[in-house]
Amino acid sequence: MKKLPDAGGHFGLYGGRYIPETLVKACEELTAAYAKVRKDKKFRCELDHYLADYAGRPTPVYEAGNLSKYFGRGRIFLKREDLLHTGAHKINNTIAQALLAKRLGKTRIVAETGAGQHGVASATAACVFGLKCVVYMGEVDIARQALNVYKMRLLGAEVRPVHSGSRTLKDATNEAIRDWVTNVEDTYYLIGSVVGPHPYPMIVRDFQSVIGKETKAQFLKKEKRLPDYLVACVGGGSNSMGFFFDFLKDDDVRMFGVEAAGEGTATKHHAASITKGRPGILHGMKSYLLQDKDGQIQIAHSVSAGLDYPSVGPEHSYLKDTRRVRYVGVTDREALLGFDLLTKHEGIMPALESAHAVGYLPRLMPGTRKGDTVVVCLSGRGDKDMNTVQKYLKV
Amino acid sequence: MQNKNFLTLKLREAAKKNKKLCCIFLTLGYPDLAATERLILSAERSGVDIIELGFPFSDPLADGPTIQDSSEKALAKGATVRSGFRLVRRLRRRGCEIPLVFFGYMNPVYSYGGKDFVRDARAAGLDGLIIPDLPIEEEKDFQKECSAKGLHIVRLVAPTTKDARALKLVRSSGGFVYYVSLRGVTGARKALPDDLAPRLRKLRKMTSKPILAGFGISTPAQAAAISKIADGVVVGSAVINRIRNGIPAAEHFIDRMARAVHSADGHKVS
Repeated sequence: MKKLPDAGGHFGLYGGRYIPETLVKACEELTAAYAKVRKDKKFRCELDHYLADYAGRPTPVYEAGNLSKYFGRGRIFLKREDLLHTGAHKINNTIAQALLAKRLGKTRIVAETGAGQHGVASATAACVFGLKCVVYMGEVDIARQALNVYKMRLLGAEVRPVHSGSRTLKDATNEAIRDWVTNVEDTYYLIGSVVGPHPYPMIVRDFQSVIGKETKAQFLKKEKRLPDYLVACVGGGSNSMGFFFDFLKDDDVRMFGVEAAGEGTATKHHAASITKGRPGILHGMKSYLLQDKDGQIQIAHSVSAGLDYPSVGPEHSYLKDTRRVRYVGVTDREALLGFDLLTKHEGIMPALESAHAVGYLPRLMPGTRKGDTVVVCLSGRGDKDMNTVQKYLKV
Repeated sequence: MQNKNFLTLKLREAAKKNKKLCCIFLTLGYPDLAATERLILSAERSGVDIIELGFPFSDPLADGPTIQDSSEKALAKGATVRSGFRLVRRLRRRGCEIPLVFFGYMNPVYSYGGKDFVRDARAAGLDGLIIPDLPIEEEKDFQKECSAKGLHIVRLVAPTTKDARALKLVRSSGGFVYYVSLRGVTGARKALPDDLAPRLRKLRKMTSKPILAGFGISTPAQAAAISKIADGVVVGSAVINRIRNGIPAAEHFIDRMARAVHSADGHKVS
């Protein structure tokens, strides 16, 4: 397999750098700085220190015995990113990128957020490293993730509501890019997923790939073999990309990327950009994209704010076309069922994003055999979603 | 037979007579297509030299609130690439000869199909393209097709562009060069940055192509002042703001802008 992306940031047809001229210099500088940092032992050392002692790595791989018994087929394991500081895998990336921002001499970071997890993780990293932090968040998301908004403000970040377009993650991303164009000299754009112009999809993938690396080592130690199946949710696709990356060359490991099918992919209310979109250009990259016949971006829908994005990381688009990863859709209902299953059987409340990965198990498990092993990336915990869950699940 | 390229003709004439260039941005279909048509025709009568026709996109990330808002409204009224092409064709049939430059984002173009887009844009009578999220490095086949079919790709040069890259951009720019006068998105500003003059001088040494400055220009006085140090200006958000007060108000403003720019005619840029 070729090493991807190429020098221009392309993953086959996808990726690249579709940005206004004002940002070209910033992206080139970032690419150069990252190339240096990659080989820099001191940077790696500093990052490892924060990941271990601050964020709480390594996270365990837990065998979910009760859930496995419930399905009565293969064995289910959970990669517990939900146990990390701030409650999700997002912190892996924000700490690393904040360190990078400091290296570049930037004093201010801007970030976009949907569910608020990346916003909180960015505000946290900014707090630790003494950076000024502005988070853009759609009005709609602000309403459904009020707790995270409050947390970001407590951490000293400024949360700017976005009133344009669909008032969700896509529009928050537009606004963050506009801020970056305006303040590019002192501002670092801290993207939360494997999306955006080159080098971001590569950088975020690399910083998140710790998930898959750890999983592989832990699993090998425990089971003396590789898992048969990996399952992770895909919005922008950072936890799944980080989870899958180290296994891409292991042909026997089958991987499933679970997209948010909202009210069903036959309706207009879903966020299944890979399964229902077609290639297009948004936010500086070429990738699968939900769009109408005129190339206008369509509004995504999901019960989980973090998956509510009309496109996806370009490397996922590439992995779809090469069929290395299979992408499937899980509806709001199935995700809530997944939430309920994990809570009832294992006493673990997943974030609604991660509940999509769990929600795929009722379809995956019946096809597995007794000895098969399935690892689900539990990217975040459910605390932030209690308001939403309350609306659907009666006790 | 291929349509005449009115932009090429206009730039040639302006160079010969040492005239400045006034380029006005209009959002296609804002407040409706009939208004856009009327504004283009009256702009031509006012002595405007180039129209930058903004094809609306749902996610215009290089644009400020004014153009975002006009784009959203135009889309709600059903403006599309196809309806834009029809409008351009109609204008050309009526004898309108003002250079018309497409301004828009890459996705609607990509979705239309690059080759088809170039063919239909030329057949309708468009003379050039400005695509802020298409850098020189991407979609090379599409860019080749544009030059093969005589559709200028106008390059933007930003305040952050390094010299070596600026040279590459001005060399490959079709027609004129668009200098982005500030860091940030489009939108009217009270004051323009101090480094505008030295940056324009630097660019001047790299090319004999006309250099137009745009982004942030909001008053005729600013337009007149910048026209003395550049070959012309692009005015966008300030015009769109006037349209909110009615078409006649916008026409009056465009007329004043054109006169302000041409007050610098004959002024040599050093």
